[in-house]
Amino acid sequence: MDATAPPRLRVATRKRLGGFEHRCEIDLPLAGLTALFGASGAGKSTLVHLVAGLLRPDSGRIEVGGEVFFDSARGIDLPVHRRALGVVFQDARLFPHLSVEGNLRYGLRRAGARAQPARVPFDAVVALLGLGALLTRAPHTLSGGERQRVALGRALLAQPRLLLMDEPLAALDAPRKAEVLPYIERLRDGFDLPVLYVSHAADEVLRLASALVLFETGTAVAAGPLTELLEHPCAAPLRAGADAGALVHGRVAGHDAGDGLSTLACEGFALRVPLLDLPPGAPVRLRIPAREVALALSPPVDLSITNRIEGRIERVIERVAERADAPGPGRPAPHVEVQVRVGPGTVLAAAVTRESARRLALAPGLRCWCLVKSVALHADALLLARGRAAEAAEADQAGRAG
Amino acid sequence: MAPPRWVSLRPMLTALELDALLLSLQIALAAVAVSLPLAVAAAWVLARARFPGRSLLDAAVHLPLVLPPVVVGYFLLLLFGSQGPLGAWLQEWLGLRLVFTRWGAALAAAVMSFPLMVRAIRLALEAVDRGLEQAARTLGASRLDVFLTVTLPLMLPGVLSGCVVAFAAALGDFGATITFAGNVQGETQTLSLAIYSLTQTPGGEAAALRLVLVSLALALAAMIVSERLAQRVRRQIGQA
Repeated sequence: MDATAPPRLRVATRKRLGGFEHRCEIDLPLAGLTALFGASGAGKSTLVHLVAGLLRPDSGRIEVGGEVFFDSARGIDLPVHRRALGVVFQDARLFPHLSVEGNLRYGLRRAGARAQPARVPFDAVVALLGLGALLTRAPHTLSGGERQRVALGRALLAQPRLLLMDEPLAALDAPRKAEVLPYIERLRDGFDLPVLYVSHAADEVLRLASALVLFETGTAVAAGPLTELLEHPCAAPLRAGADAGALVHGRVAGHDAGDGLSTLACEGFALRVPLLDLPPGAPVRLRIPAREVALALSPPVDLSITNRIEGRIERVIERVAERADAPGPGRPAPHVEVQVRVGPGTVLAAAVTRESARRLALAPGLRCWCLVKSVALHADALLLARGRAAEAAEADQAGRAG
Repeated sequence: MAPPRWVSLRPMLTALELDALLLSLQIALAAVAVSLPLAVAAAWVLARARFPGRSLLDAAVHLPLVLPPVVVGYFLLLLFGSQGPLGAWLQEWLGLRLVFTRWGAALAAAVMSFPLMVRAIRLALEAVDRGLEQAARTLGASRLDVFLTVTLPLMLPGVLSGCVVAFAAALGDFGATITFAGNVQGETQTLSLAIYSLTQTPGGEAAALRLVLVSLALALAAMIVSERLAQRVRRQIGQA
């Protein structure tokens, strides 16, 4: 029925780099934002360089959307400039001798013959990334965040069939990062352009990605939709620490504008969340942080908390105090993480103090109620939902067309 | 209409001196113009290419720097003299005679200043961020396109200073020029050669001093102009 299945990224390469060998075998649909996740030096950036043609594999094959970029068996190695990819580097790499506009138009001008009329028009990019006021500025007068936005726009305007982003936020401090993140969401949703996004920051991946490729010591160990791969051992950092939480999928069931709440129908339970600006039926994804979930062993009464979700304890996980800068074995954290299965495909996580866990004798198999305050599901969790608005609309259209 | 300013030099300089000054400028400019593209190519090869004979080429480029200029002039005579393999060819096919002509003087000056120019350009090239070139490649630019639109503009300050150093060296060459092109007044007698000749002539001391001052002024002017230019370019590309 669907003649236009998304193009695929097929990579099967070997590349010797210094002491170790980078091996990559992945076959992914090119749609939405795919995060390449793993520790520093795990080989994520290498994959980006291989796909872009900035590194040459020792052997293997790279195919993007049906076009063979590299095939050692057939002696194919498409030159970098004919691969029609956009690359955003960690350091923006703006041309210092050109103005912001000159930078933006560099790729656009060269894509002219290939993409006429431009699929991604100049004005649309300038508007989307808020670059209007910067056009005549010189790159060295820009802030780090502005520079990265210009780099984003420049890559987009090269009319790429695939956007590669190599830790685009890693060089920015937290406020700058917060400034640029929404723009990445906008470009993900605003243009029908697949993105490969390298990152070792859990918050970026959880917020932006729909699919995941996990890397460990130079090898891509798993690839697939984000929600399926979250349980993979290599995805542990995505679930770890104070930011542990659960991803929950649902649809907008209704709004109660008077109370300022929306109801989400999830698998086997309902959630009340602050009012969403989405049509009923729109799919929504949100993250429920473990620290916002409390547990009760009997159906609670006389309680202000709106969301009470029944489930069964699946695991109680010991946590180590998360201090990235503290070497050696960490002290035990003051809390444990209790994973509660609330539906066939949904596990909520609750951070419970060690002491409470002992007092309540929390153990696998125990029946319990998860308590989630509606107001706790604010900005952080719901940004995910809002970022998906465009996707929801698309799914809606596809549903109607079918 | 006011005459061009240099005309007012006439009361100060004799015809011979003025000839030497203008000729020197012509020869030095021609030398720079001829060697610039070759120097950029040589700098690129030495900085970027990896091939077996690289250190040999490096040595060959630097040879004029370490050889006595007279020896360089002698080699030029061997190669480009009327009987030399290249000289005969040039004369036959292009009707171009180099020995004892201003073109020969320009060639001698170019060869002598070549290593200095290559050095400056190579340093500038090595300072260009390869990451920017990679970025340009991913934006759809071919290698040549990247070189012309990214690499070259970024190394422009170095190219400029290379030109000025080469210009000054070309103005000052003595040994190679006199050996290969001779000391023909009005044809190959540059400032340096004229100063030398004047010091050998009784009563020429005053004229020699005037020419010394002229070459001093010329060198200073070239330095100041190039510094200004380089500063402007650097400001433009944000390296100030």
